[in-house]
Amino acid sequence: MRIGVFVCHCGTNISFTVDVERVAKEISKLHHVLVSKDYKYMCSDPGQRMIASAIKNEKIDRVVVAACSPRLHEKTFQKCLENNNLNPYMIEIANIREQCSWVHEDKEKATKKAIDIIRLLVAKVSSNKPLFKRQVPIEKKALMIGGGIAGIQAAIDIGTAGYRVILVEREPSIGGRMAQLDKTFPTLDCAACILTPKMVTVSQEPNIQIHTYSEVEEVSGFIGNFTVKIRKKARSVDMSKCTGCGICWQKCPTKVSFEFDHGLGERKAIYVPFPQAVPNKPVIDRTVCRYFTAGKCKLCEKLCSAGAINYEQKDEIIEEKVGAIVVATGIELFDHSVYGEYGSGKYKNVITGLQFERMINSSGPTAGKIVRPSDKKEVESVVFIQCVGSRDEAKGVAYCSRLCCMYTAKHALLLKEHYPNAKAYVFYIDIRAAGKNYEEFVKRAQDEYRVLYLRGRVSKIFSRKDKLVVSGADTLSGTKVEIETDLVVLVSALIPRYDAVKIAQMLGIPYDKNRFFTELHAKLAPSETVSNGIFIAGACQFPKDIPDTVGTASSAAAKVLNIFAQDSLTTEPIIASIKERICNGCFDCKVVCPFNAIEETITRDKRKVAKIIESICHGCGLCATTCRVGAIDLDGFTNEQIMAEINAL
Amino acid sequence: MKYGFYPGCSLHSTAKEYNSSTKGVAKNFGIELVEIKDWICCGATSGHTTFNYLSLALPAENMNSVKKDGLSELAVCCAACFNRLKVANHVISNEPDKKEKINEIIKSKYDGDIKVKHFLEILVKDYTLEKISEKILKKLNGLKVACYYGCLLVRPDKIMRFDDPENPMIMDNLISALGAEPVDWSFKTECCGASFSLTKTDSVLRLGNDILRGAKETEAECIAVACPLCQSNLDLRQKSIERKYNEKYNLPVFYFTQLVGLALGIDKKELGLEKLMINPEKLLHEKNII
Repeated sequence: MRIGVFVCHCGTNISFTVDVERVAKEISKLHHVLVSKDYKYMCSDPGQRMIASAIKNEKIDRVVVAACSPRLHEKTFQKCLENNNLNPYMIEIANIREQCSWVHEDKEKATKKAIDIIRLLVAKVSSNKPLFKRQVPIEKKALMIGGGIAGIQAAIDIGTAGYRVILVEREPSIGGRMAQLDKTFPTLDCAACILTPKMVTVSQEPNIQIHTYSEVEEVSGFIGNFTVKIRKKARSVDMSKCTGCGICWQKCPTKVSFEFDHGLGERKAIYVPFPQAVPNKPVIDRTVCRYFTAGKCKLCEKLCSAGAINYEQKDEIIEEKVGAIVVATGIELFDHSVYGEYGSGKYKNVITGLQFERMINSSGPTAGKIVRPSDKKEVESVVFIQCVGSRDEAKGVAYCSRLCCMYTAKHALLLKEHYPNAKAYVFYIDIRAAGKNYEEFVKRAQDEYRVLYLRGRVSKIFSRKDKLVVSGADTLSGTKVEIETDLVVLVSALIPRYDAVKIAQMLGIPYDKNRFFTELHAKLAPSETVSNGIFIAGACQFPKDIPDTVGTASSAAAKVLNIFAQDSLTTEPIIASIKERICNGCFDCKVVCPFNAIEETITRDKRKVAKIIESICHGCGLCATTCRVGAIDLDGFTNEQIMAEINAL
Repeated sequence: MKYGFYPGCSLHSTAKEYNSSTKGVAKNFGIELVEIKDWICCGATSGHTTFNYLSLALPAENMNSVKKDGLSELAVCCAACFNRLKVANHVISNEPDKKEKINEIIKSKYDGDIKVKHFLEILVKDYTLEKISEKILKKLNGLKVACYYGCLLVRPDKIMRFDDPENPMIMDNLISALGAEPVDWSFKTECCGASFSLTKTDSVLRLGNDILRGAKETEAECIAVACPLCQSNLDLRQKSIERKYNEKYNLPVFYFTQLVGLALGIDKKELGLEKLMINPEKLLHEKNII
């Protein structure tokens, strides 16, 4: 056994607190250590050449690098070993930076600790064995969860590259939030005009299969080999027969408040959410339909000449195999009813930005008119209050929701365009218009359209006769202002979907304290998650406007294509193995395994024992620590290796 | 039900009717209020605007007396006293350095463990509305009341933990239980100007006008309050407000305890109705309450 130890200075990151030369000298005294050197940057070319030369000249057969966390450079050094004909798993990284020099001040003690850390790894590496990577096949089909602009874009990118895509959307139509919007900032092109061509593309692309009114219920497996269960909710309409003629929803006698219009408009019990819906075929909302609630009506069935209405239809569960998943579940609005000073939702004429958006949309509930919901009278003045919930740790969320400054400027501008004589006021904390042509757009609203921006918070909204009075501070002029207005628009914070946590748990991806899905690395891996093969796109990660959403969708798609471009996946050999002879068949390991990677098998002498499914095992080690008889070992972290470390201490 | 009782200066002077009506109601319900011995100033206004430790040590000393009397809960009627006592408890419980200094000043060991309760809370939460309903002899049917809480009862919410700081309902619920109709209005927790009544009268008139106008606009016929300062600013100053803003309000401003007392059939003398500047007699006659 010939061990080489290489101690890194990391510039002064390590050498400032650890006497690296002394460390190298002390370590050189250890048994089996033939080479012990220190160098300014072990990860640099000259540093790696030192290792290479020791392998070549001193014939060392195992290596310990004492440097930064293995998360950073373990792969670099493994590659170095591989290039010099040594098995890449014959290396151990002693972390003397994050776990020593960075967290200590006393040089003497830190140096001693560094020596101890390296001693452990020298002991461990002594029992390292060569390990070999495995190849697993890839199911070259992707799943998109969410059919908003993010899901649509990612589906198009992957589908047109020649791979199959399954797009799952829980609403009756794809389109998501963007389908609700009127115009888009800062160019003011209409959302539908730029979205609907994409919707048509995605629906016509033969590689893409769309499941609307459907939800992903179960996900199992691993990168390249996921199995997903999708619930196709009963539409009560036979999609193959329906022609989308519209007679059913025109004549349906049941009217209910329409969630797509955020309560401002109405829809029927059988409905399509908007004229350009994809698919343009209705669903029956069974919770309100007369036939389903009272047992009679069946008017739609009588009127449907295609015979497409099917009240007996049942939810259908379909199973699909996919190789990668893109999560694009989007956002919703913060519930502003916690703001008692803004009426806790009791004033009809206090609405949200999305409600304003629906109103100003020509295909919305008021056909583009801005009216007071209380009496449908067109407005003469509107007050917008920004940061309702955003940047408010007491009642809302701590973060800035990013889009609100821009869409408020857009709303105020559109209001002035529709009603040149109307007054528009915007209360703001700061204007955050960081984006291409964004600041210019806000300036345009202020200068050209004379929208009055007031820097300050609104302390109270109250009603006076049929008007609302907004009382707040203008901190720039240092005065208290009171504005009598017809309509108040609360620019509410943007938060993840109500069931984001459920989705994260189903997929095994982490989420942050605000329930947004967490990327693998905030800067360098923004589309990836800790679960290999599962990517995030759009606003489910953090509030994003359309350009950012489309950008992240394409980024996630690129990551998926990166997987699909390979013939098979190379997996790490650090997985668990079971010694059949010792296993007593208690199957505690099966209970703790989070990946369902353990199955039962019968030995030749007819004993029931546990077996690792190698392609699924992630090497987390839970089973190895659970096994009471010590039958399970984790390759790369065997019991023998761990004990060697402990004994060396 | 036995509580220590801290009247504070106003209940022995400008708000005698608050004192007598509170005691009348408590007696009727069998709630025992034991006035604490040798109580001193609560530290409000001049205290807490001049010297922070004085404003903490004074209430601490008072609460220490409650402890000495062998009681654990303290009933308070004045919103300003209530606020000072709760703030002192909060500081003593959360800031060990200050606690040490306060204990040094009062030459005793007080841990901030006396439970301070406003009399409203005692009626609604401890005694409960159901039991109150059972005792009512004369429902205040048809009386439209604007329940005005002022700022000190509910703020700062983190310390007071009294009710929703923007739209408190505890007094509204009590008034409903009496058979009267609390109005839904927007000025429940606006500031009345409090002790600026003497030094900045103009501001207090302006604030009072906003509140009175808000009440009148919702067709309230009277206002119910839970604080002596709110009461005097809205009642005593009402005529000046009317003159200055050329308005006609004529809104009697009751202590909530007076309205409870009326519903219990307590004598109007004991309730001190004659002490109100805006005479409520006509309104109460119209509603067949007296």
